[in-house]
Amino acid sequence: MNQTAYQATILVPGTAVGEALVLPEPLSLWGGLNPETGEIIDRRHPCAGQVVTGKVLVLPAGRGSSSASSILLEAVRLGTAPAAIITAAVDGILALGAAVAREMYDHSPPVLVLDEAGYTAVQTGDTLQINEDGRVDIL
Amino acid sequence: MAIELTAEDEAMLAGEEGTAVQMAMRILVTMAGVYGAARLLDVASAHIDGCLYHGYSGLEFAERLVAGGARVRIPTTLNVGAVDLLHPEHFQGNPQLAARATRLMQAYEEMGCQPIWTCAPYQAMHRPAFGTDVAWAESNAIVFANSVLGAHTNRYGDFIDICMAITGRAPAFGLHLPENRRGQLLFRLEGIPERLLHEDVLFPVLGYLLGKAAQSKIPVIEGLLPETTEDQLKALGAAAASSGAVALFHAVGVTPEAPTLEAAFQGRPYDQTIPVTLADLRRTLARLGTAEDGKIHVVALGSPHFSLTEFAALMPLLAQYPIHPEVEFIVCSNRLALAALQQRGWLERLRAMGVRLVVDTCVVVAPIVRHQGGVLMTNSGKFAHYAPGNIGFEVVFGSLAECVRSAAQGVVWRDEGLWR
Repeated sequence: MNQTAYQATILVPGTAVGEALVLPEPLSLWGGLNPETGEIIDRRHPCAGQVVTGKVLVLPAGRGSSSASSILLEAVRLGTAPAAIITAAVDGILALGAAVAREMYDHSPPVLVLDEAGYTAVQTGDTLQINEDGRVDIL
Repeated sequence: MAIELTAEDEAMLAGEEGTAVQMAMRILVTMAGVYGAARLLDVASAHIDGCLYHGYSGLEFAERLVAGGARVRIPTTLNVGAVDLLHPEHFQGNPQLAARATRLMQAYEEMGCQPIWTCAPYQAMHRPAFGTDVAWAESNAIVFANSVLGAHTNRYGDFIDICMAITGRAPAFGLHLPENRRGQLLFRLEGIPERLLHEDVLFPVLGYLLGKAAQSKIPVIEGLLPETTEDQLKALGAAAASSGAVALFHAVGVTPEAPTLEAAFQGRPYDQTIPVTLADLRRTLARLGTAEDGKIHVVALGSPHFSLTEFAALMPLLAQYPIHPEVEFIVCSNRLALAALQQRGWLERLRAMGVRLVVDTCVVVAPIVRHQGGVLMTNSGKFAHYAPGNIGFEVVFGSLAECVRSAAQGVVWRDEGLWR
């Protein structure tokens, strides 16, 4: 039987349940995500047009501009943010956006890092549960 | 990993210095954990990028800090905002946006930041000493502070910048630690004519090449002349921080941490040597533009903000080649340079010659250009990189003389000898 629980490293803690959206490439939220609609707007990105709202966004890392943290904060304010964010490598800019959102709006998507085994096990469409202790269950 | 906090850090975290300081310290401690920092360290100054408007939440954040009694406790300067506060008529966008962007700028001023509104604070009297830890945001300012001044900063940005300014503390990681500042890749200039090594136009092109190849690594350049100027290094760094995430470069015999090749690598072996030839530079030059040489609508100079020395080079060129009436000619600079221009009587002459002088902001972060699309020509690697995506212009890149002579005829003019 396949393992269905993986321990992640917590950057910003929290709990969430949602459907996984796995991005095959990094995404810069600045110029890459419309915080008013939650839509991926980077036309060169393979997932352009997908909506991240309420999903568990799984991506290798962010990319580029430090203004990405502002876009994540704006998405939380407008209710278009993902339910949680899981990356394969530590991304300080995304974590910062979430940490500020927690201060400003009392909630934010948890941000976690999964090691390779866990990261590659998650597929788009899986339902994921993120626990306070950083355990990620594939339901 | 637990983060080691001092008694002062703990007091701030407990709210003894007010709610704004407490919130800032909470964010810093979270980020220290994210970056794996074992402790926080003192920073001597800050340069803040968060004063540029990206959305209402950024304004709410700044106003929350103000309401919580936030005051910066170290000398802190402000990067560009979205509005030229001295000449608000330059703003061509939605008035509600301008009003919110102005409120954001005011909030940062209320926290005690110095309103110099420039992306080149290092040319507006904010010059940290060699070896000092600082908390700087804005990619070109970061690379200049690290590389040319030898100050120590990471690539900081919105939110965390002001948290460090009001606590005076930063997570101890990355480029704050001397052992992380050694070069990682060697770029060796090969067969570049000495004449070209003196030309300003070489530097944004070389920087763009470096950034693409180095990404977030620390490049070392061998082959620049010892007399390379500060404005040339500024252009190199800004371009490298646009095409890549370069936060620090060393130029052997030029920048302070690289008196020798060995010093640049701290005596350790390096990953790779990459030769840079004239042909490589020509290929990068072609990549900096998106449009064929032909009709142009706008010339934009000053990213990073134009220095007085750069104005001194511009004046005689403009006198010799007057601007074509259909070409919009914009120069972005800071208030200190503006005052100096006024004093010399140059400001009046520039305006009479048809130059729009913009301060406090710039053409790729705010709606300043009057033309609705078209072709924009620039000598800035950073403008060339961001203008197509940010403001929807096609771009032609050229030297300062090529920009001015192109503006005079409304069609791109090339100095054919330049890249030979």
